[in-house]
Amino acid sequence: MSNAKDIFLKEATTASADGPQRIFINKALGGYYANRDIQKARYRDWEKARDAASLAKWTAVNDLANTLETFVKKFEGNGGKVHWARDAAEARNIILKLIADAKAKAVVKSKCMTTEEIHLNDALEKAGYSVVESDLGEFIQQLRGEAPYHFVFPCMHVKREEISALFTKHLGTAPTNSPEELTMIARRHLRQLYVDADVGITGANFLIAETGQISITENEGNARLTAALPRVHIALSGIEKVVKNLDDLSVLLPMLATAGAGQPMTCYNTLYSGPQQPGECDGPKEFHLVLLDNARTQLLADPEQRDALHCIRCGACLNVCPIFKNIGGLAYGTTYQGPIGSVITPHLRGLEQWNHLSGASSLCGACTDACPVRIDLHHHLLHNRRNANQASPNLFDRLFHRGFNFVISRPRLFAFGGRVFRFTLPVLKKIPLPYLSAWLKTRDLPPAPAQSFREQWKESNHG
Amino acid sequence: MANAREEILGRIREALKVTAPKPHFKSESHGATHSINAKPWLPDGGETESARLELLSENLAKLKANLIRVPNAAAANQALAQISQTKNWKKVAYHSHPLVSPAAEALPCEKWEVGASLDKQKLEGCDAGVTSCEALVSQLGSILVSSESSGGRSLSILPHVHVVIATTDQVVADLETCFKQVLEKHRSKLPSMLSFITGPSRTGDIERILVLGAHGPKELYVILIG
Amino acid sequence: MRISLFIPCFVDQLAPQVGLASVKVLKKLGHEIEFRSEQTCCGQPSFNSGQWDVAREGAIRTLKVFRDAEVVVGPSGSCVAMIKKFYPELLKNTSHAAEADALAQRTFEFSEFIVRKLGITDVGASLKKKVTYHDGCHAMRELRIKEEPRQLLRAVRGLELIETEESESCCGFGGLFAVKFPMISTAMVQVKGGALARTGADYVVSSDPSCLLQIGGWLTREGKPIRPMHIAEVLAEGLTQ
Repeated sequence: MSNAKDIFLKEATTASADGPQRIFINKALGGYYANRDIQKARYRDWEKARDAASLAKWTAVNDLANTLETFVKKFEGNGGKVHWARDAAEARNIILKLIADAKAKAVVKSKCMTTEEIHLNDALEKAGYSVVESDLGEFIQQLRGEAPYHFVFPCMHVKREEISALFTKHLGTAPTNSPEELTMIARRHLRQLYVDADVGITGANFLIAETGQISITENEGNARLTAALPRVHIALSGIEKVVKNLDDLSVLLPMLATAGAGQPMTCYNTLYSGPQQPGECDGPKEFHLVLLDNARTQLLADPEQRDALHCIRCGACLNVCPIFKNIGGLAYGTTYQGPIGSVITPHLRGLEQWNHLSGASSLCGACTDACPVRIDLHHHLLHNRRNANQASPNLFDRLFHRGFNFVISRPRLFAFGGRVFRFTLPVLKKIPLPYLSAWLKTRDLPPAPAQSFREQWKESNHG
Repeated sequence: MANAREEILGRIREALKVTAPKPHFKSESHGATHSINAKPWLPDGGETESARLELLSENLAKLKANLIRVPNAAAANQALAQISQTKNWKKVAYHSHPLVSPAAEALPCEKWEVGASLDKQKLEGCDAGVTSCEALVSQLGSILVSSESSGGRSLSILPHVHVVIATTDQVVADLETCFKQVLEKHRSKLPSMLSFITGPSRTGDIERILVLGAHGPKELYVILIG
Repeated sequence: MRISLFIPCFVDQLAPQVGLASVKVLKKLGHEIEFRSEQTCCGQPSFNSGQWDVAREGAIRTLKVFRDAEVVVGPSGSCVAMIKKFYPELLKNTSHAAEADALAQRTFEFSEFIVRKLGITDVGASLKKKVTYHDGCHAMRELRIKEEPRQLLRAVRGLELIETEESESCCGFGGLFAVKFPMISTAMVQVKGGALARTGADYVVSSDPSCLLQIGGWLTREGKPIRPMHIAEVLAEGLTQ
């Protein structure tokens, strides 16, 4: 058994037995469901809008080289500088060098999952920089020394009392149970940090080939401040974030907000096309964009699952996933939690180590229905299971299914086996058998009938 | 070091040698073009000017932004003065603009017009920022500001209150129309920042409970002339 | 019409009453029923476990069983989805692809068949009970069956149909998932079963016997009064032959 799988099983077992936490998470999601439904109803046809969003991403991803080159040409024409990173280490080195060149001391970051993916904060701190997460949820998780729980709502599992205690400990503020007051504590604390920071690091939600702009979506205004006040702006983005044009963006921006957070539009959707221009009174002097591959091209090479690169990281699939709602986001041990994380992590970090995430699904398909860009999420979990079995078959699984198939391909043996199973079931229930005892630990089995359907059919129709 | 750019682009071209089938949608067949005109399926932006204004005001209200409709520029100046008094502003920042300057200059408190270069520490100490905008989008209740039309990047985000002064002819139906207009207007060079502001700054990070004023303005006023 | 019954393997062995009820209802509607005894399991457990080579053998075998059947009807959204949705995927680019597509076209889930194919919503059943309907994920999301079973239930005399807050939530069965990840599966059925128990209904009805196995198994263990019942059993209530 792989290490990642052991950790997952342990964490998931603990979390799924935590009833009060489940109620807390469901309550937090309750408001989201209500708002999402209100906003979806404002679309004249949500399903067709999903088609359009899906096609917009399909077009860009399936012409990725040209789309990226068009984007880069435009972006550099606007005065920004593009850096290409094949993997996480290369991306970290590029960013560290940019910060060193800027002779920076303090770095402020706005929320960016791609920086989590490359473990940027660790690298920056090791290099001696002070780095602060400015998104409220990320700020709280940074103080907690914990990875984000949900890639859109990083601290949705943390109770206000815990946040109050955390702020008292780290910031010396008086305890309060008011979410508003807690938010204001963070606001006051972070304001001066924006003003003092030399470098601002952000992500990017979309790269627009037509105009060479990067688009950043956020609610709090921290990304706006991060890209306005420091001298240097560094953005990190996966190569798959590129779209063809602003028309496509006019579909994707509202759908991202509605699917992900139940909003008509996220509070700030900002397009950046360069550093401060002549005639503009502020803005960074330098604007860098790091384009990251980090195994995305491996996913691209799989046409069956290529649509996973359409993901706009709205988090809708997590919000509806019964697995996520029961095991929570931390148990996954991945940068991207929930269904999309279970689909892409085996591609990004290795199928052998991470295939258990594909198995940990009832394949209910709620994720696929929720996805605004129509990624075939739950079927890709099946594809990953198939690929894992082909790459490194599990001996027990092979024997089990080959054995089962031996029986079911012989109808008379099947009928006989079924009979034996029914008659011995009371005894079998008492023996520790794989699968059966796992079932019986929390669930009963109905008493086995004396006669099977086929036996009764034979009697009444031919007997 | 091998060229990362060439290597990644090479990997992409190699990966794309096998094509993925174009998604087919149950709802209808969409022809061969790369994108679908999604406008008829997105939220309505209003056919007529009065429908657009009604939608805009409805959406702004839901977003907890304050819309003040005024008949003319003089009334806009008065409206700003009234907000300033109610909120007891000590210091207000603004940028030079035919709609903004007269209103801001008439305020009875300390005024600061942001100039060619912006003192961010000074801006941090301001109670409010007053700006113009590029457009307002009735479909979503969004206000488009830019580094060119709205006094740079910080003025509309750092102060605790943001006031936008605009005219009704700046209202457009939807995002798509808005983008078209922007591209047309800034044909030679895009402002380095274009930002759609949809309500005052907010967060739901603590127990997913809505709190206004996370980092950006806690309050957003739109003074709409016409 | 001559209907060939597709009885899932565990219904055959553990819930034969579901098969018998299906026969009763379809006969009552005036159709001829056959049961081909060479059928066993559709191969879904192996398919879901990534053992597609094994599952493919099951699919080819099942194709052969139903080769000349006029229509195939099964009282399980999940097993029918295997034939309708996953056989074509499993067998694409093989010599069986066309046959898989053809079988998919003439295979129906029980409630889907009655409402969509036969155009009937009232089969003449009566049951004086309060029931709530559970949407099996395969029926709802793979086959897009949502209204059909509700239409059938609303027409049952004396029956009161109420909705559950979690009617679209997965029960946590998921085939081998239920025993490979029993703790997650149990947490899911706790959510589902808890919501069902709160409705005060007499029965939770579904078109999917596997969901009912999971839900019923938990409800019994927890001593909840609400009982599982397959939609075919409901529709067979009060029918006169």
